[in-house]
Amino acid sequence: MIETDRLTRCYGHLTAVDALSIRAEPGQVLGLLGPNGAGKTTAMRMIAGFLAPTSGTARVCGHDVAREPVAARRALGYLPEGAPGYGEMTVREFLLFIMRMRGLAVDLGRRRFEDVVARLELEDVLESPIDTLSKGLRRRVGLAQAIVHDPPVLMLDEPTDGLDPNQKHAVRQLIDAMARERTILISTHLLEEVHALCNRVVIIARGRLLADATPAELEQRSRYHGAVSFSAPGSGIAQEMLGRLPQVAGIEVDPLDGRITVFPKPGARILEPVENLLRQQGLEVSEIQLERGRLDEVFRQITTGNGAEGRA
Amino acid sequence: MTPVMAIARRELRSYFVTPMAYVFLVIFLVLAGILTFYAGDFYERGVADLQPFFAMHPWLYLILAPAVSMRMWAEEAKGGTLELLLTLPVNLHEAMLGKFLAAWLFLGLALVLTFPLWLTVNYLGSPDNGVILAGYLGSWLMAGAFLAIGACLSALTQSQVVAFILTMMVCVLLILAGQPQVLDFFHGALPRKLVSGVAQLSMLRHFEAIARGVLDVRDLVYFLLTILAWLLAGILVLDLKRVR
Repeated sequence: MIETDRLTRCYGHLTAVDALSIRAEPGQVLGLLGPNGAGKTTAMRMIAGFLAPTSGTARVCGHDVAREPVAARRALGYLPEGAPGYGEMTVREFLLFIMRMRGLAVDLGRRRFEDVVARLELEDVLESPIDTLSKGLRRRVGLAQAIVHDPPVLMLDEPTDGLDPNQKHAVRQLIDAMARERTILISTHLLEEVHALCNRVVIIARGRLLADATPAELEQRSRYHGAVSFSAPGSGIAQEMLGRLPQVAGIEVDPLDGRITVFPKPGARILEPVENLLRQQGLEVSEIQLERGRLDEVFRQITTGNGAEGRA
Repeated sequence: MTPVMAIARRELRSYFVTPMAYVFLVIFLVLAGILTFYAGDFYERGVADLQPFFAMHPWLYLILAPAVSMRMWAEEAKGGTLELLLTLPVNLHEAMLGKFLAAWLFLGLALVLTFPLWLTVNYLGSPDNGVILAGYLGSWLMAGAFLAIGACLSALTQSQVVAFILTMMVCVLLILAGQPQVLDFFHGALPRKLVSGVAQLSMLRHFEAIARGVLDVRDLVYFLLTILAWLLAGILVLDLKRVR
């Protein structure tokens, strides 16, 4: 469990994190989403105890990170931004060092070591110095370091940054597999990651919490939510008739590929009426799609402050 | 294994997997030899002891101890591993102690490796080996004091060069604090009591007392307190960096 209560951090006059209150429960993958410089890393550094909050508190598994820092860090696995590691150490030495620091007993430790190495597929690079590893491998070593003590709470700062699509997929599967009994907080600015991983999203910008919702709830805030889109050449008359349907709020035509998107009035379902109308007009429609909503659009609206808040 | 030992072990290993340890040891031993024989008139004195050897140590450490201590925290801050280290379940004082012990043990090893000189004087004559042992102890304590200063100043900055220069400045001040020229300067400006206080800070005085074979508790306490005070200051610096 991770809880923060009005967590605030100032650098001089700049408020990097502004009264941030979030809560992540076991079984949850909470995505901390925001543009670069939004305060994601600063917030995580405070939760990990690397930075002291200017005001407010953070707790990991009930341990206040300022009052019981060691107990809080014991419960936490943390991948710092950029997955730092001691360059001159081999992967094996590095992981063993982390385990010693975490006081893992030798017999239990050996099993954990082998388990983690297998999970992150590090067998082939165990004897390579970390300096010689590719970016993707370094990230995997960083992940291994974060989970080697089987922590109840996991905090990963941009875990898939710099990975290729296959590696991203592998890391996501790993996180997914670990999510069941654990509390996981990941920061990202990749919207696909939110879809693939998170069951809850916190959006922050300029240090402030702007939204706390499930990905589906966020999609509902999109004006594309419930919209119907299709491609049909020569549908000029049909477009006019669609516009006159009582449930329809508006129609847009993509100037590039001519795809037509029909927007519903708030709360209305328009797939059926649109389909019926197209059939009546005898139009050839190869494919018709009901949109779930576009996260990127919602993200943009929320983080640039274009008043999306009112539509929720 | 405790975090202190885990950190000390990691630090020591990192000295030896990089060329750092070997370069340092070679330079230390070569300089110690050259200074003893040429600058210290080892033979010309006609006395079988290691006084000329130990007399050079403050100046040797002045250059070499900051070279060992400069990377202690500055390198971690620069490479981002500081965040990794300080978010592990370890207290600041444990981390500081582990790093300091590694550096101190390393300089201890360098001292041990000067044993051929000890064999030489024993071959040439019959020196007072108790005095020599005291000399080694004093030298190691002084090395610890230099390293503790370096540990604190290394925590201040991300730049190893800055850490090196700052440490050298502070060390040179502490070495020279008891010299007549420095004390004369203070005589005009400070009351007599403070001047003798400045003289008491002199690393050279306390070291020379021990190296003469006089193990006075006050000299030992001086070095241990110096080490402790600078390590505490370093811990404070690290703690303040989290708030700043």
